[in-house]
Amino acid sequence: MSGIILPGADGVLFPRDRAWHPPANTPGYKSATFRAPRNSLLSLGGTASELTGPTFGHSSLNALDNDLIRNYSQDGTEAIGQRLIVYGQVLDENARAVPNTLVEFWQANAGGRYRHKKEGYLAPLDRNFGGCGRAITDADGFYSFRTIKPGAYPWPNGGNDWRPAHIHFSVFGHAFAQRLITQMYFEGDPMIWQCPIVGTIPDKAAIDQLIARLDRHNTTPMDALAYRFDIVLRGRRSTMFENKLEGN
Amino acid sequence: MLHPVPRLRETPSQTAGPYVHIGMTPNFADIRGVYASDLGASMLTPDTAGERIIITGRVIDGAGVPVGDAVVELWQADSNGSYAAPMGPGSNVAPAFTGWGRQPTDADGVFSFETIKPGPVPGPDGRPMAPHVALWIVARGINIGLQTRLYFADEADANATDWVLGKIADPLRRATLIAHREDGAPPRYVLDIYLQGDRETVFFDV
Repeated sequence: MSGIILPGADGVLFPRDRAWHPPANTPGYKSATFRAPRNSLLSLGGTASELTGPTFGHSSLNALDNDLIRNYSQDGTEAIGQRLIVYGQVLDENARAVPNTLVEFWQANAGGRYRHKKEGYLAPLDRNFGGCGRAITDADGFYSFRTIKPGAYPWPNGGNDWRPAHIHFSVFGHAFAQRLITQMYFEGDPMIWQCPIVGTIPDKAAIDQLIARLDRHNTTPMDALAYRFDIVLRGRRSTMFENKLEGN
Repeated sequence: MLHPVPRLRETPSQTAGPYVHIGMTPNFADIRGVYASDLGASMLTPDTAGERIIITGRVIDGAGVPVGDAVVELWQADSNGSYAAPMGPGSNVAPAFTGWGRQPTDADGVFSFETIKPGPVPGPDGRPMAPHVALWIVARGINIGLQTRLYFADEADANATDWVLGKIADPLRRATLIAHREDGAPPRYVLDIYLQGDRETVFFDV
């Protein structure tokens, strides 16, 4: 195996650029007020406990896990809403594909209503839409799923705040320190720039990374629009040159 | 040193929001029939070696209110101090112990993992770190997942020389990572996680 670094091999990660991420305390997003730690994070640099992480076999998934249009069907019919294919590539900071990693997603229905007992929005539930799904990336780091476009919805934060249409994502990578949760938005949506949760991210270029692009080429004719959302996880500082290891 | 390829920027984090249980523990959220069971709900198999224990506690916010909409993930070594090897695309059989668990907090902010006591893992200095599990906490109001560790109070000697605990000068802060033991069958290790305030847990930039 000389000269090859397998995914999951030891290698310290690039430090996380905390200025690219939202800070803990964000006054515009009030839920953070009592949930934001006030002490500085203790910098560890990474030990085996953070540089390893859980992995999942493709056999742990069911055929409909990546089809939110059908995976909660109660009566054999499909979920209501604008039909979408959402797909993308999971990469690391070294621009290398991250294969065989679990990607999970959850979202509101087409009316902007979540299937949750604490959800109080007046838009109706869709009896055939549960709102969760998952996929494992292929050898080239790609995932895909079928869903309906979630609706925008109002939420109690300021007097009249609305969430733009969005899909929540959870991604594992191959190290526990790569663990990431984020949200995907839709190209061209003017609601993105009015959202206090989007606004927790300081840099507009970072927000732009969360906006999926309409992809006409991968649309299924007479069926579903396609949006592409690539996800970048932290990368390892060890980098391959021929048979020689560079970095540390 | 020059890097061979331009580095991409990590995708920025966003809060998991109030309904993270829909996506990560749907059966707990009463969304049934999509997944047979919630991923990570059960860490043990009959073939898992090691001392059975329960790791439990509450997540509490800066106003002292239990956080009932969180998810806690746990990653740990096996009883020999080894982390599970990555599963390849052809892996159909999960190991007897994957070392990973995921639990929702309930309305009282309580999480609970049935697992095994981990063995010691080598630290960066080559010496063993004290037995510990890594924890990751997400919820509404948490803009980027919080990484911390749980150590075991009955490993006082190992804790005294641990590579990570040694970085925390204040003994009160260090104590925020050490679970106390309650005897029983199985024994319980109990640690509350305080997101903010006088007893705020030490969180890591890993």
